[in-house]
Amino acid sequence: MQFGVFSVGDVTPDPTNGRTPTEHERIKAMVDIALKTEEVGLDVFATGEHHNPPFVPSSPTTFLGYVAARTERIILSTATTLITTNDPVKIAEDYAYLQHIADGRVDLMMGRGNTGPVYPWFGKDIRDGIALAVENYALLHKLWREDVVDWEGKFRTPLQAFTATPRPLDGIPPFVWHGSIRSPQIAEQAAYYGDGFFHNNIFWPVEHTKRMIELYRRRYEHYGHGAADQAIVGLGGQVFMRKNSQDAVREFRPYFDNAPVYGHGPSLEDFSRETPLTVGSPQQVIDRTLTFRDHFGDYQRQLFLLDHAGLPLKTVLEQLDMLGEEVVPVLRREFDAKRPAHVPDAPTHESLKAARDAAGASA
Amino acid sequence: MTRRTLAVVSAGLSQPSSSRLLADQLAAAVRRERPGVDVVTIELRDIAHDITNNLLTGFPPAGLREALDTVARADGLIAVTPIFNASYSGLFKSFFDVVEEGSLADKPVLIAATGGTARHSLALEHALRPMFSYLHAVVVPTAVFAAPEDWGGATVQGALASRITRATGELAREISRREPVTVIDPFDEPTPFEELLAS
Repeated sequence: MQFGVFSVGDVTPDPTNGRTPTEHERIKAMVDIALKTEEVGLDVFATGEHHNPPFVPSSPTTFLGYVAARTERIILSTATTLITTNDPVKIAEDYAYLQHIADGRVDLMMGRGNTGPVYPWFGKDIRDGIALAVENYALLHKLWREDVVDWEGKFRTPLQAFTATPRPLDGIPPFVWHGSIRSPQIAEQAAYYGDGFFHNNIFWPVEHTKRMIELYRRRYEHYGHGAADQAIVGLGGQVFMRKNSQDAVREFRPYFDNAPVYGHGPSLEDFSRETPLTVGSPQQVIDRTLTFRDHFGDYQRQLFLLDHAGLPLKTVLEQLDMLGEEVVPVLRREFDAKRPAHVPDAPTHESLKAARDAAGASA
Repeated sequence: MTRRTLAVVSAGLSQPSSSRLLADQLAAAVRRERPGVDVVTIELRDIAHDITNNLLTGFPPAGLREALDTVARADGLIAVTPIFNASYSGLFKSFFDVVEEGSLADKPVLIAATGGTARHSLALEHALRPMFSYLHAVVVPTAVFAAPEDWGGATVQGALASRITRATGELAREISRREPVTVIDPFDEPTPFEELLAS
């Protein structure tokens, strides 16, 4: 099982002292967090993509390329890549290029983006969100798998005899996750292609998330990619830890109360009950995260949201130390012990290449 | 006769409230028209915090989820609000702002209101009726407004009572004309991907 960190990349004032980091500080902090993710023994770092303040990560492959050069092991990913407003041709090129730079340590997560004005800024219409995600991904999927593409769709200029370069590393397209909080069409899309499905699992109650994942698993089997319990599921999670749970609650409360998205809404206690948010001791985080398996079945990737709402870099790095030292080793052991042998790991470049070579050898 | 359900939404703020009193009278009159109808009453005051939290977080907490499901599954709806500043109350509007898109489409709705003076009565026609029309509900022609004087003496058997009878008769007929409501669950029956690709 893979464990990692996903970052929204928000620039938010620290509510305890009113200080707002500069964009430069925030970008450098994201680099430090990504490097720390590898240092403490986690497996994945995923960056968000945004094109409006107060967010910095508008250029994910620039960031991930730099992190690739300074790491050796972690998988570089996204959360999410905007399949609606980006040109699928540019996504095909950028991420194939990143694969070569990073020697295959790349996958990515598709998402639609829910900021209304971003669509018109990029010449699109948010009311076409699902249709854009469907058509653009169909083209991206083709561009990574066929050397010469003729193509015509509704949303971009047609292609005649087009070759996206560079070709994917070793002819293996990056593994793709599809992320969606509430659209059954996206779970259906992930199932159709046999791709991974990721639920951010932060803002909504478990009962809802469960229905999205059950739909994906059922349809994954329907489309013949394997049994429902072999579908590739990723989950988010939001945690804040201190040795004593009361200290965690006391320290995190001002960040929670003022956080983007849910701040000034439900209480920390209500939100902890309604959603998977866990604020407490490392043991509480372990216990809560283990319940995800009970709700959603054996899954392949767990990403944590740590660096948001104005939390200082130092605090975020402390959270990563605790994850690496106390939480993830236990979760790995427990999840691995419970997982039946027929449930696969999340595909990596190496595993996809080995599977392709094995299929070639037996053909 | 098929079992039918009636959802009653009351946005009264005081306890007891005259909006709830009117809502109960309307529900009782529908029961007289259609004995055996299941009535579920939702007091928005009880879920006011949940409604605000839904506006802020984007998802309904459990208590509100239940209310939204009740409204979506109901064969008919009675919606009662106090009139504030010549319109529905903010709480009433906020509730219908978080009702899922499409859940009121073709649903028979009886609109009703209470207010401090009869001069507020046309708010039903210029505020509530357009909102429910926008939501594609079928609003019955008679709207019911209860002014302070309607609760007193002889008028109880007069204008208010006759409007209640007329409006609930219209609502009961609209319910009867329709098949029982079935809510399609997109998680049970997703649109097959080939259809999404082709559209």
